[in-house]
Amino acid sequence: MAVVIFAVLAVLCAGAVTAMILSRNQAHNALFLVLAFSSLGGIFGLLDAPFAAAVQVLVYAGAIMVLFLFAIMMFNLRQPLPPERRRVRTYLAAVLALVLLAELVLAGRRALAGGGAEALPSGGAIADLGRLLFTDYLYAFEITSLLIVAALVGALALAGKKESE
Amino acid sequence: MIPPAAFFVLAVVLFVLGIVAFFVKKDLLTQFMAVEVMLNAGNLAVLALAKASGRPDGQAVVLFIITVAAAEAVIGLAIIVLIFRQRKSIRTDDLRDLKG
Repeated sequence: MAVVIFAVLAVLCAGAVTAMILSRNQAHNALFLVLAFSSLGGIFGLLDAPFAAAVQVLVYAGAIMVLFLFAIMMFNLRQPLPPERRRVRTYLAAVLALVLLAELVLAGRRALAGGGAEALPSGGAIADLGRLLFTDYLYAFEITSLLIVAALVGALALAGKKESE
Repeated sequence: MIPPAAFFVLAVVLFVLGIVAFFVKKDLLTQFMAVEVMLNAGNLAVLALAKASGRPDGQAVVLFIITVAAAEAVIGLAIIVLIFRQRKSIRTDDLRDLKG
């Protein structure tokens, strides 16, 4: 059962990203990514990480992609982007991507050939994760809040309308 | 159960698709989305390893990665909005100031 769910979600995820590559409409691209990130959230759930799955759907599919959609709305590009001519660069990108794929698969296969068979007890209980976040990773957790405030102030300083204008 | 290799294969495929999208697309916004796809592929690999190790540390790391990605998305979009306001275009072909 889990294998079937994984296969469906994986095909959805990869298919949505492929559709993003083929589509030329920015708003459609963002919506395809919402689909991809939501199905990736489901895959996180299959990996015994329910909290990461929830955060993935809330933060990525929810917050970040809605931010992208707002940005697309601000740009207000009425006409779709003109069709791109297939130039040498596109083919070169495809070839290089295939080389990278082969390289990663080779590297991963050698690394995975040895282990992975032993089934460890999953430590995915949310209570453990919460305890970990507020003990071992407390400093990182607090610094994260500082980082978010810095990003917020930075975005306002960069893109906010100046009063004098 | 699903072998961990399956998750790695999906992570690799997503990463390569993100690379392809980054190089094929010509507008900054979609390229930025491609970067997010690559980040998610990395997250998937980390979570697969976290499950294989049987400890919850990997999930904590993934939470931090997602938070940093959110901050990065905010700053990146602010920069893209700024470029659009100054140039009235976000096509990378129009940004050729550094070309001699």
